[in-house]
Amino acid sequence: MLIKKPEPGASARIASSEITPEAVYLERRRLLQAAVALGVVGLGTALAEDTEAVGSEQKSLQYTRNARYSLNEPANSYKDITTYNNFYEFGSDKGDPAANSGRFKPTPWSVTVAGEAEVTGTFTLEDILKPHALEERIYRLRCVEAWSMVIPWVGVPLANVLKRFKPTSKAKYVAFKTVYRPAEMPGQRYRSLEWPYVEGLRIDEAMHPLTLLAVGLYGKTLPNQNGAPLRLVVPWKYGFKSIKSIVEINFTEKEPPTTWNLLQPSEYGFYANVNPQVDHPRWSQARERRIGAPLFQTRVPTLMFNGYEKEVAHLYRGMDLRRFY
Amino acid sequence: MSPTFVRRYVKPAVFVACSIPLLSVLWRGFGLGGTDLGANPVEQIQDTFGQWGLRLLLVTLAITPLKDWFRASWLILLRRMLGLFAFAYVLLHFLTWLLLDQGLYWSGIVVDIGKRPFITIGFAALLLLVPLAVTSTNAMMRRLGRRWKTLHRLVYPISLLAVWHYYWQVRADTREALVYFAILLVLLGWRARQLFARNRPATARPTSSGTVSRTAPES
Repeated sequence: MLIKKPEPGASARIASSEITPEAVYLERRRLLQAAVALGVVGLGTALAEDTEAVGSEQKSLQYTRNARYSLNEPANSYKDITTYNNFYEFGSDKGDPAANSGRFKPTPWSVTVAGEAEVTGTFTLEDILKPHALEERIYRLRCVEAWSMVIPWVGVPLANVLKRFKPTSKAKYVAFKTVYRPAEMPGQRYRSLEWPYVEGLRIDEAMHPLTLLAVGLYGKTLPNQNGAPLRLVVPWKYGFKSIKSIVEINFTEKEPPTTWNLLQPSEYGFYANVNPQVDHPRWSQARERRIGAPLFQTRVPTLMFNGYEKEVAHLYRGMDLRRFY
Repeated sequence: MSPTFVRRYVKPAVFVACSIPLLSVLWRGFGLGGTDLGANPVEQIQDTFGQWGLRLLLVTLAITPLKDWFRASWLILLRRMLGLFAFAYVLLHFLTWLLLDQGLYWSGIVVDIGKRPFITIGFAALLLLVPLAVTSTNAMMRRLGRRWKTLHRLVYPISLLAVWHYYWQVRADTREALVYFAILLVLLGWRARQLFARNRPATARPTSSGTVSRTAPES
């Protein structure tokens, strides 16, 4: 694999130097807002600042299509992908994330890396992505609620990023955390789930070439409602494993807690692999509704590991998948 | 308000109001005025019908207490229509699930009704509503006499099942379901109090002498 290997501690050094521009950026933003408030700056600038704040403008990304890891199925429309979301930080209805995420600020962004790794610290998003080429992958996304979509993600394989932090032999799991900003994420003001949202993968799952660290979809940066600016995509697991708006990556020796499992352990397991034979206690997982299908089209059968069986089945050889659901 | 006024103006207005959810589904289903049913139309249709079935069930249950609180006896003239609308929406909710969601996939449907408790109780609520809808005509009321009222008390367990059905399918945010539950508790609580108040004078009578004999048998 083509990975630029940084010298030990290199990332950490870059990080400390990159934190300053963040502060400068924030300062500049504050000054600009103050200027707008004082009426010094013209209306045009004020409007420009406003559109930036609601995040309606997604930036185009440079990427290449990874054909090997792309489905030959038509992708869902941009509208479907960005208006039908489960992102409880912005509310529990499917339309809430699109409606309530306008105040969320995905830039500047930094991620803290901690735990069983040689390279730890806080890194800017640019820092984390810099050595990697972005690629597009068209994945199936299967929600635990028995619906699915096909989404053209843009991102980098998680493994390539994680390797730069040099996880030690003690790193058996990787834990992730979503940002906690109740002021910008109205859903976090009510404890429907325990905030901040946390998720985790076994290290071999995290290092699997299918596991993607996504920064965009449809060739543009992620909209807020889809987990801007940085999210996980684990296509063979139910959607809730693909944690959004990540601010923390932690290499751990023990299996980390995961949010939905904390809420209802009998319904949501740590593994959460898509499995048509193991039902959710309250509904069947055998078939799924494809979003965007015509009204009278029936559900389609759910595939083992969401159709990625060939690639990932070996990770679970010998495991009782009814027990480790 | 005179009964004639209610029959001529209020009832038609309420009829139109109760039809709005259905009309809006049809309107959006045909994409009129650039509207649509969103990314998951089947879910949208099913949720709309189910929600209005539940809401109208509670509205029907609220008629008697409201009539008492506001001394508005004319409200009773709307109750049958509201109850039938509730039934219609519950039935549409079920048919949406059967035809659009499950696509008449019978093996799955039968398993779900038997095995998924929230579907079982929802289905039970629908079945229990059928005799109430069937006996809602004047002729049936006359034929059943006093038994009609007894039969229609089924609406109390039905509404409990309905709220429970809604609560049970929630993944994490139970607030809306709890609001329905609170409303139902008020409506049922009011009836329990009425029942208690009606029965008290009868049981209090033997103790009118002032010395309460708690061990004295009633008869």
